[in-house]
Amino acid sequence: MNASRIEQLKEDAARPQSFSLGEFIRRRPESITFFLLVAICVAVAVANPAFLQPATLIDIGRASVVMGLFALGVFIILAAGGIDVSFTAIAAFTMYSLTVLVQSYLPGIPIAVILIMAIVGGALLGVINGLLVHHLNVPSLIVTIGTQYLFRGFLLSFIGTVWIMSLPPQMGAFGRMPLFQFESANGAVITLPFYFLVLPIAAVATWWILNRTLMGRAIFAVGGNAQIASRLGYNLKTIHIFLFGYAGALAGLAGIIHVCANRQANPFDLVGTEINVIAAVVLGGARITGGTGTVLGTILGVLLIVVINSVLVMVGIPSTWQRLVVGSFILLAAAFFVTRQRKK
Amino acid sequence: MQRTSGQLAMLAAINILLLIVGAAISGGSFLSIFNLQSMASQLPEIGLLAIGVMLAMCAGNGGIDLSGIALANMSGVLSAVIVSSFLSSGENDLAFSLAFIVVALAIGFSGGLINGILIARLNITPILCTLGTQMAFTGLAVVVSGGRAVMVGSPDLLSRIGNDMLLAVPISFLIFIVVAAVIAAALKYTPYGLWLMLMGTNPKAAIYAGFPKNGVLMATYAISGTLSGLAGVIIAARNVNVKFDYGSSYLLIAILIVVMAGVKPEGGYGRVVCVVLSAVALQLMSSLLNFGGLSNFVRDFAWGLLLLTFLAVGRYDVVGFVFPGNRRRVDTGVKPSSTGT
Repeated sequence: MNASRIEQLKEDAARPQSFSLGEFIRRRPESITFFLLVAICVAVAVANPAFLQPATLIDIGRASVVMGLFALGVFIILAAGGIDVSFTAIAAFTMYSLTVLVQSYLPGIPIAVILIMAIVGGALLGVINGLLVHHLNVPSLIVTIGTQYLFRGFLLSFIGTVWIMSLPPQMGAFGRMPLFQFESANGAVITLPFYFLVLPIAAVATWWILNRTLMGRAIFAVGGNAQIASRLGYNLKTIHIFLFGYAGALAGLAGIIHVCANRQANPFDLVGTEINVIAAVVLGGARITGGTGTVLGTILGVLLIVVINSVLVMVGIPSTWQRLVVGSFILLAAAFFVTRQRKK
Repeated sequence: MQRTSGQLAMLAAINILLLIVGAAISGGSFLSIFNLQSMASQLPEIGLLAIGVMLAMCAGNGGIDLSGIALANMSGVLSAVIVSSFLSSGENDLAFSLAFIVVALAIGFSGGLINGILIARLNITPILCTLGTQMAFTGLAVVVSGGRAVMVGSPDLLSRIGNDMLLAVPISFLIFIVVAAVIAAALKYTPYGLWLMLMGTNPKAAIYAGFPKNGVLMATYAISGTLSGLAGVIIAARNVNVKFDYGSSYLLIAILIVVMAGVKPEGGYGRVVCVVLSAVALQLMSSLLNFGGLSNFVRDFAWGLLLLTFLAVGRYDVVGFVFPGNRRRVDTGVKPSSTGT
């Protein structure tokens, strides 16, 4: 990654005049995601001007928090050449057992402690993933399919299957706490919730880890070629544990935010949305074989998926088409990026 | 070869053990003809999907087919919608059944071929491609059916496939065994089987050796897709309706069966007979858990645990530990000489 960046800088210095669009796209695949996002937004805004109302935009922002947190975790694992499908089960496990715990044993603890517990709980489950992936030495897809069923089966058979409709008050209050509030033209009060801030913070933290720490360099090195990375002296075990632990922590946080935002804890929730999240990361330009991708691209990919999901109805396409559209987008994006690489 | 027979012996031992445990727990009713028949008729759907996953995995290079159950459901739903638009199941049973089967198989084949073309020609990673097609197939089934269950009914031939016995063996189970035998033979006696396994062992060497790489990949995914189509037919035959979200945990179970059968996730080795035996073992376990009155969730938990256990078995050579005579060969499993059969 870094080596190629230096090359790019050199190229830039060598021929600042000869700017070509193809070169730009190859270097920054997320620009395609951005153009696509803008194109869809413009098209929808023309078809249905209601789209540009602040209420819709804030809805999109709200909807992208949980998915964005998941996507950052998936992205960091993807960058290292792995894949994770157990994060939704980790989130469901953490959110539900934590809600039960707070409700029945620790009713008074402050929300900050709850959030920290969610992060730690998710990280612990993630570390289990990391240890298994490292020691079993099989593709992480297969391992995490196993742990997905393990975590979810454990949750549903030993912890509970009952919907919790009335949350502990401090969690409900956190979900409602406004970042800012204003009144729209038709008199309805529109709120951007406080928890929205979590996404940019997590994104910046992830960017910092990937681009400013030795761990980030190690992650991209492993994604490029795990064998060479380990011969260079990177400790694969540490990296695997960190990766999956970090993704687990993000998933735990996403789970508890999901509960607070929806004001109910449903143990059957979240599992089943993995493909959407992986699609978002891939649409953001990260290659599934690892070694590439940016945080910005991931966030753009998330926005793209959230926008597609929420505008289909707005332009008059029935919501039954959602999966087909997202599935085709994945295939198109994959085919597009692959042909781009080959031209190079 | 010895590694193979170790795996086979272990699977056979597991099956026998499960039958004995089942008989002991249930006081004999586990081994009643009725129960055996009902277990055998539940097996084919998942067994066919598992063979598809195995083929994709054997191709190596991260090969896997995640779109199996989605394609099976899409074949069933699309075929039901298409065929009932010009034939009604009440009037002409035979024609309806035949048309349904042919259309479902054709859809399964073309779905698999799409996977194959995307993976072989466009070079898309199999995980990503089949994730995308999984979603697209499910999506198409939702669009066509409007998200509702589609009525197939029980026309004569189709319901016979789903429910009748031949010499006290369910017909669907016989179909499964025949198909498995054909694929096993194809893997063992045709150049295709050799190419597939050698390609999984070392893709680069396979290209330099002049193997028709694209052809083998496309054939592999097309076969896997056709098996999904067949699974779709059997699902439709056993249940009166077809729906886009049938069998949501089949993907895990298919992978579990394949891993239990000792197929190597990195490609190059797998045997159909092991997959069949491992599918049987899983069905026995599933019925045992049912007999024990445990919920579906406990079963999911058990499957996850089992998958991880068997991955550990493959990693730490427990087979060689249980059957010490086979230890010598295990590490050389990647050699082409020990992979073909």
